[in-house]
Formats: sequence, C-alpha cells, structure tokens
Amino acid sequence: MSWVLVMPIAVPFATAVVAYLARNYPAGRWISLAGSALSLVVSAVLMVAVLNEGVVAAQMSNWNAPFGITLVADYLSAVMVVITAITGLATAIYALGEIPEETESLGFYALFQVLIAGVTGAFLTGDLFNLYVWFEVMLIASFSLLVIGGGKERLDAGIKYVALNLVSTLVFLSGIGLLYGVTGTLNMADLREAVANAENQGLITVIAMMFMVGFGVKAAVFPLFFWLPASYHTPYFTISAVFAGLLTKVGVYALMRMFTLVFVGDVGFTHEILIWVSLLTMFTGVIGAAAQSDFRKILSFHIISQIGYMTLGLALFTPLALMGGVFYLVHHIIVKANLFFVAGLAKQYAGSTDLNRIGGLYKSAPLLAALFIIPAFSLAGFPPLSGFWAKYLIVKAALEIDAWFIAFVSLLVGLLTIFSMTKIWGMAFWKPHPDGIDPTPDRAPARVTRAMMIPIIGLASMTIVIGFYPEPFVQFARTAAEQLLDPTDYVTTVLGVQP
Amino acid sequence: MNSIIFTAAARLLVALLFVFSLFMLLRGHHLPGGGFIGGLIGAVAFIVYSLAAGPAEARLALRISPEVIAMVGLGIALLAGMFSFFMGDPFFTGQWYWVGGDSYETSVFSINTVLVFDIGVYLVVLGGILSLTYAFEEET
Repeated sequence: MSWVLVMPIAVPFATAVVAYLARNYPAGRWISLAGSALSLVVSAVLMVAVLNEGVVAAQMSNWNAPFGITLVADYLSAVMVVITAITGLATAIYALGEIPEETESLGFYALFQVLIAGVTGAFLTGDLFNLYVWFEVMLIASFSLLVIGGGKERLDAGIKYVALNLVSTLVFLSGIGLLYGVTGTLNMADLREAVANAENQGLITVIAMMFMVGFGVKAAVFPLFFWLPASYHTPYFTISAVFAGLLTKVGVYALMRMFTLVFVGDVGFTHEILIWVSLLTMFTGVIGAAAQSDFRKILSFHIISQIGYMTLGLALFTPLALMGGVFYLVHHIIVKANLFFVAGLAKQYAGSTDLNRIGGLYKSAPLLAALFIIPAFSLAGFPPLSGFWAKYLIVKAALEIDAWFIAFVSLLVGLLTIFSMTKIWGMAFWKPHPDGIDPTPDRAPARVTRAMMIPIIGLASMTIVIGFYPEPFVQFARTAAEQLLDPTDYVTTVLGVQP
Repeated sequence: MNSIIFTAAARLLVALLFVFSLFMLLRGHHLPGGGFIGGLIGAVAFIVYSLAAGPAEARLALRISPEVIAMVGLGIALLAGMFSFFMGDPFFTGQWYWVGGDSYETSVFSINTVLVFDIGVYLVVLGGILSLTYAFEEET
C-alpha cells in the first residue's frame, strides 16, 4: 500500500534528475512532459485507492507513527494531489510553447518538477515537521523559477517574495517548536489527541494563531497578502500560472488541515478571527483588482479575493461550508491557472499585458475570446459554470446559520469580480487595438500557439464538465468535508496502521 | 589571493580535508558523521582550493559541474530509497547485508542502502554548496 503514496512524490523527483541531465537537449522537455503524464497516472492510482478505502496511510522507513514520518491521504489530500498533477501536466505542455531554449538549459524543467514534488509532498505528509520541509522545497524551487530568465523586475519581485515567505516559514517553524515543547509529538494525527489533552489551553491558542499567521502568508490572506501582487506578474506566464494555481492553495490546504484536525479546541476564538480575515481578504482583493489595468495584476488580486472564499468555508466550520471550501479549492486551481494561460496567449497575439496597450482580440482571435469567457465567468460565479456551484455552496452555508452579512459580502464580491472580468473583456477583447493594428496569431509560430492552446482548451472543458455535471464532484466534496469534521478514520488509520 | 604561504598550505589542506570528508561519510550511521557533514567538509576542501587558485581553476579540478553532481546525488538518494520496493518494505527502509555475522557487533562490515543514501546526500550537499560559492566568487 505504501508505494501508492510514495509514487506521486518520487516520480517528479526522478523526472527532475533526468530532465536536468538532459537540459541541453530537446529530449529534456519531452522527459518533463512524460514525467508529468506519469505523475497524473500515479496520482489517479492513489485516488482510486482512497476511493476504495477512505483513508490510506504509510510509514516511511518502517518507523511506526508517531515516531517516523507518515504519509497519509484522505479525500481532500487525494483530490489535491490529482489536481496538482493535472495542473502540472497542463503547465508542462504550455511550457513547450513559451519557455526559450536558454531558460531550458538553466534547468527550468528540473526546478518545475521539484516544485510539483514539493506541492505534492505538502498535500500528502502527515507530519508537521515534514510539512515544513516540503514548504522549504517549494520555496527554493519557486524562488529559482521566479527569477529564472533574469531581469531587474524579476529580481525585485523575487526578493519581496522570498523575504516575506521566509518570515512566514520562520513563524511556522517557531510554532512547530512550541507545539513540540507542549505536546512532545509532531505527528498530526497524534497531535489531535495531545493538543486536546494539553494542560495549558491558552498557550495552545497562541500557537494556533502562529500557525494561522504562518499559513496565512502562504495563502495570501488579509493583511498578509502584499507579496503576491508584487511578484506574480513578472515571471514567465507558465510559471505564474502554476504559482497562481497551486502555491497559495498549499497554504489554504494547510490551514484546512490544521484547523480541522488539530486546533479545534477554541473554535469560537480562532475561527471567528478567520471569518473576519476571510471577509476582508475577499473584499480588499477585489477592490485591489479594480484599481489595476494589467492583465496579470488584475488576476493576481483576484487570487487573493478568491482565497477569502476558501478560508471562509473553513471559518464557518459547518459541514456545508467546508464542503463548499473544498469544492472551491479544486474549482479555483483549474480556473485560475487557465486565466493565466489565456493571459500568456493574449500577450503572444497582442504584444503586451497592459490593457491600455492591447485590444481587438475578439475580432482576430475569437477562439481565445471564447476560451477566456469560460474561466472568467466561472471565476465570477456565473451559472452554470463551476464557480457558480462553489459560490452557491458557500453562500448557502452562510444563510443556513443566519449569517446575513457574510452572505451579503460573498455576493457583493462576486458582483465586483464580474466588474473586473468585464474590464479585461472590454479592454483586451472588444476595444480596437490602440496601435490601429489587428493582433494576429502570426506574431507567434504555429507550434507555439498550439502548445499554449491545448492546456487552455483542456482546463476550460474541465470547468464546463464540473459546471454542467457537478453532482459527483459535490458528493466527493461532501465526503471530504465529513472526513475533515470527523477525523476519527484519519487518526486510527495513521496511528493503527501496521507497516 | 596571492599569498605564497596560503597557496602552498592549500595544497596540503585540500587533500587532507577531502580525505577527512570521505572518512566522515563512511563513518556515519553508527558513529557521528554521515553524508551531510561529509559533503560540507568536502565542499570546504574545494572552497579552499578556489580561494588559492581561483574559481575557474577550481571548476576544472572538480571536472563535473557542481549542479550536475547535486542532481546525480539526488538521483542516487532516490534510488537508495526505492530499493526497498524489491524487498516489499515501505519507502526508504534500510536494507542491510552483514558480512561475517548477523548484526553490527558480530559482523566484519556490511553492505547497505543507508550508505548509498548517504553517498547521495554527500553529493547533493557538495554540489549544492559549491554551485552557490562558485557563483558568488565568480561574480565579485
């Protein structure tokens, strides 16, 4: 059983090694692509195992929990691993079109695969210190990816990104140290019991807040989000798409895991704070987006605003809200990565991402316009696309507990999201090009546009499938939320498993 | 750095440090030592050489670029972890073969995957540290 859990992490690492050794040859990019495809296969195998057994756990090196490192996958982990593999594959295809050869020979694909391995590891680990290690793997890979290709802007963005993320990691690490001092264990399943039985519950709440700050920076919630819009608009579109899709979601996942499994002793305090943080995140994110006029900067601020919905799902802490949060998480990764992909292709066609300097895309690239509409309206929550169901679940959860204000803010933010999306639509697609030219696909070679179009079409069709046929996905999210709220299964599988 | 004393001493130091780093690597697991500390000492040997002879010369002495060394090390470590698959054990479970006995106390020496993993770590640390320091030395 244990290998089912190891493979989604081991495959990207092995791909990274081989792709790095072949980085100066065209074979390197195909190795990366094949590795990503294989990752998707092994992730699907893990998903099947989880669907059959509920929770799957394995003890690395044969050291039993809570002493060794445990890998564990419940419904939430499994779906996050699969969606990571899907995003990874889409990005690997997109990179074929965008990444120039000089960047390839610097080891782009190796770094990218290490990033995917880090994200997958963070979703699968059942050990708090191991989670920290995966965060570091992610941070090192993402910092290199952010500045790869050079340029003053990228370095500037990279410094801000790495400085703030180091602070967050430091807070997280201090939290781990204190938690270990109080309870004497770092296995997450073991911590649940140990934290509940700890004498000094006040200290536990303080530690919980440290974790909230540490993960909050990673997830880019109010007021800790400012590194995100400062850095996401500079790297290659390939990279900003995978960052936008996956990196902040690791923070949200970690919040969801810790604040349902471990820190549930004082829900009235911690989750109440999280509600206000979420609402402010949603609102400031969407207002920030309204002030921008760059394709990627608008999208970056929207990441923040959407993160608020996910943490709101956690903060309301009812089965329906958590179910909405999980559903939102998956829907958002697909939609957001896709919007960044579209932005990259729009730049190929029109020559810029500054909305004041481009236009006329609707006339010259109608297919791209149609493919932008799908994720953009899904993001805004238009029925019947996937975002509608995600928002519907969250708002319904708020109404169910008579939280009128929360429901009102959610709907208002949805409305403002449409405003930004129509702004992009109007300025990039409908308005004539300011230079008086028709943006044509001829600017880029056909090979390039084809490689960039395939993942956009793939992810857009996933959005449509989830939108028109949400039932199995909602059912899945329901089970995931039930497992989060009642982790007995998780705990017994981790602590009772015989290697 | 153009000091004759340092250049002359570096020749001796580099060899000594490097042998010591290998000693640390092989001593690991049962006694203090191991791949990480061994790799650090090995990197120090090359850093001393690069201070004495210049980074370009030190790169030549290394023969293979440090980034490749680090990635190969990662691959070796991964393979060492995967080996337990064939034995039906979970990932990274150490596989031991005792020569001349059946435990640490009674055997003469052992062949094991833990050492292979440590060699991988050694190479990752050596390559990682050197690619950092060479980059710093070359640009200033």
